[in-house]
Amino acid sequence: MSDELTRMTAARIAAAVAAGEVSAVEVASAHLARIDDVDGKVRAFLHVARDSALAAARQVDQHRAAGDPLGPLAGVPLALKDVFTTLDMPTTCGSRILAGWQPPYDATITRRLREAGVVILGKTNMDEFAMGSSTENSAFGASRNPWGLDLVPGGSSGGSSAAVASYEAALGIGTDTGGSIRQPAAVCGLVGTKPTYGGSSRYGVIAFASSLDTPGPLARTVLDAALLHEVMSGHDPCDSTSVDAPVPPVVAAARQADVAGLRVGVVAELSGEGYESGVLSRFAEAVELLESLGAKITEVSCPHFSYGLPAYYLIAPSEASSNLARFDAMRYGLRTGDDGTRSAEEVMALTRAAGFGPEVKRRIMLGTYALSSGYYDAYYGKAQQVRTLIRRDFDAAFEQVDVLVSPSTPTTAFRLGERVDDPMSMYLADLCTIPSDLAQNAAISVPCGLAPENGLPVGLQVMAPVLADDRLYRVAAAVEAALEQRWGQPLLAHAHGLDAEPPGGSWPAGAGPGA
Amino acid sequence: MPITREEVAHLAALARLALTDAELDLYAGQLDVIISNVARVQEVAADGIPPMTHAADLANVYREDVIIPPLGTEVALDQAPAAEQERFKVPRILAEE
Repeated sequence: MSDELTRMTAARIAAAVAAGEVSAVEVASAHLARIDDVDGKVRAFLHVARDSALAAARQVDQHRAAGDPLGPLAGVPLALKDVFTTLDMPTTCGSRILAGWQPPYDATITRRLREAGVVILGKTNMDEFAMGSSTENSAFGASRNPWGLDLVPGGSSGGSSAAVASYEAALGIGTDTGGSIRQPAAVCGLVGTKPTYGGSSRYGVIAFASSLDTPGPLARTVLDAALLHEVMSGHDPCDSTSVDAPVPPVVAAARQADVAGLRVGVVAELSGEGYESGVLSRFAEAVELLESLGAKITEVSCPHFSYGLPAYYLIAPSEASSNLARFDAMRYGLRTGDDGTRSAEEVMALTRAAGFGPEVKRRIMLGTYALSSGYYDAYYGKAQQVRTLIRRDFDAAFEQVDVLVSPSTPTTAFRLGERVDDPMSMYLADLCTIPSDLAQNAAISVPCGLAPENGLPVGLQVMAPVLADDRLYRVAAAVEAALEQRWGQPLLAHAHGLDAEPPGGSWPAGAGPGA
Repeated sequence: MPITREEVAHLAALARLALTDAELDLYAGQLDVIISNVARVQEVAADGIPPMTHAADLANVYREDVIIPPLGTEVALDQAPAAEQERFKVPRILAEE
């Protein structure tokens, strides 16, 4: 029974809890037991919130017993990326500088989840301050991919993707700044959405690059992702860039799952050199599939997309260098070297050197360089202009087609350690996802098969105009339904990595830095 | 124009990062590679193209001027590295001359 509960979709769990077929406490207990069983191998969680998860589940059961109406995800267990502040759980952002920090407030999304009766199981591992594509930049060690324990689960939301793909949680939440939801979704065989920027609140999300950071759902099915998208989104007066508009009808679109007559553009520039052949062949099949389902396919050129990566690696580090200035060793977080003789500035510099990892230091200095006088116009200014050019490419494309498609990532999951010494090769993991972050439009990754050469999942990326997030779910749900009918089972049924012992050993469940 | 070790040391000082000599060497090489790569933005960003700010073209955001209770001293100081007399306790702020 316990195994059965962890394999249910979020939609099914919510229905079963609402109908009284199973209690929310039973569902939460089954997932906590699953975490005990496998998290030593997967290392998805930095903190397991056993007591508060069970308390939240009990509350859902009490509401049901009292006849109160339950939300569409009441009683569903969720893995929350450790970038969201939580009153009753530590929030580290994967960094030593925040190890053990207990925030004084809940993020808006944390609060909305609690109010919806979603059961937060704990906080998941991530690249430090969301900078990375593998979780290897976490100060607390890398998470593993359930498709192979020597593989990265993607990043930066790799703890959430690993947890959902390992059946430790029915749902996960990540944040996408350059691809940090869609890339981990793609390499773990999950559905992951970056909503339109401003569609989901940044209040209580520890800032990396404020003009890009976008929280969004990770799930095993398109409908589950849509249900979470709807629950977590919507206008928030606490976030000044929050969009004051209704949440696009994503759940209805996921149920519609119909692409007949839809105009689909294949982005010519997101293909070719640097892409694995298995990624390209599965992508081409997915396009054929869409055509067979009634979509009208055309090739579309977005000539400035190839400048997305360089623009991103100027804009994101620039914003990060400013945002991370708040970690000054004075009011919260780590303080080192305060021996009574050193000045505040010396303590600040020593603390930041000890508290930040290599990638964070690299990006802070890169951003400091790009913003410094004499270089500002040549780097940051030019990058913001490129952003306009990319936005114009999208605008022109969306005059011809309703959605754009591409592979989600140039490659399938790479091996732990393979790219850590070469920052530029790590950055390439976000090649396909960055344009939608820069232009702030909506995009999703949905599984479209396994690469023939290594049997690892490939993601199809669908991109839609600003505030047309519902189109993503129409396309993704249609692809999902057709492929599962062809395969006879979900793609994740092929993930067998957890049967093996992990290289480098296990850690005890919940023994992360916040425990 | 390659990034020198001295420039990295200057950036580290601006960013309040007390880097070791080994880190300065490492980052000088890596930042040079990254900056020469990202400089490609200069190929296409011609004069007259406006910088992008926000996709939804938000103007000023207003809200009602409502009093919301603040955190309170106890909560605000709860995670402080050091506190004294209901205040954050910090190292001396003036350098010794």
